[in-house]
Amino acid sequence: MNIAVCIKQTPDTETRIKLTEAKTVDESDINFILNPYDEFAVEEALKLREKFEGEVTVISLGPDRVNSAIRSALAMGADKAIRIKTDSNPTDPNVTAGALAAELKKGNYDLILLGKQAIDDDHAQIPALLGDKLGIPAVSVVVKLEVDGGKLTAEREIDGAHELIECSLPAVVGAQRGLNEPRYASLKGIMKAKKIPIEEVDAELSADQLQVVEFNYPPQKNPGKIIGDSADAVPELLRLLHEEAKVI
Amino acid sequence: MKILVYAEQREGQLRKIAFENIALAKQLGQPFEVAVIGAEIADLAGQLGRYGAEKVVFYKNDSLGNYSPDGYAKILAEAVTKQGADVLLLGATSTGKDLGPRTASILNAAMATDCTHVEVDGDDLKITRPMYAGKVMATIRLSSAVKVVTVRPNVYSAVEAPATAEVQEEAAAVDFTTIVKEIISGAKGKLDVTEADIIVSGGRGMKGPENWHLIEGLAELFGAATGASRAAVDAGWRPHDEQVGQTGKTVSPSLYVAVGISGAIQHLAGMSSSKYIVAINKDPDAPIFKLADYGIVADLFDVVPRMIEEMKA
Ligand SMILES: Cc1cc2nc3c(=O)[nH]c(=O)nc-3n(C[C@H](O)[C@H](O)[C@H](O)COP(=O)(O)OP(=O)(O)OC[C@H]3O[C@@H](n4cnc5c(N)ncnc54)[C@H](O)[C@@H]3O)c2cc1C
Repeated sequence: MNIAVCIKQTPDTETRIKLTEAKTVDESDINFILNPYDEFAVEEALKLREKFEGEVTVISLGPDRVNSAIRSALAMGADKAIRIKTDSNPTDPNVTAGALAAELKKGNYDLILLGKQAIDDDHAQIPALLGDKLGIPAVSVVVKLEVDGGKLTAEREIDGAHELIECSLPAVVGAQRGLNEPRYASLKGIMKAKKIPIEEVDAELSADQLQVVEFNYPPQKNPGKIIGDSADAVPELLRLLHEEAKVI
Repeated sequence: MKILVYAEQREGQLRKIAFENIALAKQLGQPFEVAVIGAEIADLAGQLGRYGAEKVVFYKNDSLGNYSPDGYAKILAEAVTKQGADVLLLGATSTGKDLGPRTASILNAAMATDCTHVEVDGDDLKITRPMYAGKVMATIRLSSAVKVVTVRPNVYSAVEAPATAEVQEEAAAVDFTTIVKEIISGAKGKLDVTEADIIVSGGRGMKGPENWHLIEGLAELFGAATGASRAAVDAGWRPHDEQVGQTGKTVSPSLYVAVGISGAIQHLAGMSSSKYIVAINKDPDAPIFKLADYGIVADLFDVVPRMIEEMKA
């Protein structure tokens, strides 16, 4: 099976996002990692390769720095890597999806895996956008995946329930936590990954139609009050919730 | 600027976000229509009218009772074009987040996900949406001809504003490749954290799944959904769909009760926009207290049973 995994480099989850005076995100102190949801996608691809043989190609769009996220995926065990070169990540996910789709069309992939969303811009749009742009089924927020012959069965997490979806291959699958337990890269894997060349291709980017005008910090909450240090504070808590906050 | 509100239904039931988005459309002060896709939907007009819909367009297709990503998207894209809408509003629900981008892609429209504020600014929309799991808020503009916006549930309130909805029925004949075969419900009728007005969440401090009856008992009395920290999910005490946080769900209820949760940055990211936060934790230095409106520093195994007792009284 020929599998592509689209990955993104994101700040790690511990990062406190700092804004510049121009109200943009200050990237100088950010520790970048492989987007956590993409790890599930890489893991799933490797498991499918173990079962069906074939090749796993990692594709990422972004500036030079994203090579380290690509190396992380290679160290887990991916075979090949392509970076679509850009100066920065587009603000409009539709633009990113267009460039990824153009690259994906060149490979003859049976399955395209990726995280259900990137934890930086949180758009959660790319799986569905790729499905439309490639004219193939796309199922995202997948917690269980079975591939059998030319079709797949996926369990997709929805609000308060799961949906069972069956569709034909090729298809796009967006990974959700719960799909698998991503492996740690072995030392051997890390060494091997260093020797795999990352193919670089030029980006075909359309114009962003989504612009970020500015970033702001969320409104600061007032420091709260400690009502008490024992269960005897419960009546007062309930009174405040009822009379002051008016939420119960 | 004409708005089309997509009213999401599941198994013939309208989701609350449909009414919330009608309230938003009214608040924006622009002409709007409501679109519904599905099999048995004809009797939904009354409910939509009760919340202020004056025009409802039904796209009825007996084979589209369940959600079909490509099928629904084709119909909705055509609806936007045919009704001459400039803005498409959906809920940032599981379905909305899937249907929105697919529809946007067909229309070559830009889309903003999970928006918490939308306002009209001349001929344009000014949109606010959280990024980095709510660590910062981004002000967004969409410059495409059609703009697709998914709105976070629970941010705008549904408002009853009785109107008589004029109904238009449209043929919805499409071919599609993908459809939901089956909806597997976990606990029947379980309220999801993203839709709940009140959430009671438990963390590692709960010590084990055998104590969750406390969380569930309190949630029931509050009419709340139950949530969990990642520590509780990773330990296998709770299902993943209850996880709140950066790699779980982002929620904005009126009241969030954190029980035995320390308040790690990844957890706070998912719930800091709650209107009121209550923390019950025995460690006075737990970071959750920095965010909590009301805190009790004590053993949760004393506090929660007392809350249940007082609520019942
Ligand atoms: C990539 C990544 C993503 C993550 N995403 C998420 C996410 O989405 N959501 C999330 O929640 N976490 C997430 N985390 C994990 C996060 O860093 C914390 O580990 C986690 O939130 C801790 O959960 P907790 O508060 O339940 O446990 P702890 O931090 O162990 O806190 C338990 C609390 O319970 C209190 N307690 C104990 N016993 C009692 C008692 N008897 N009475 C009262 N209080 C008591 C303690 O004082 C303590 O404050 C993520 C981490 C990483 C690395």
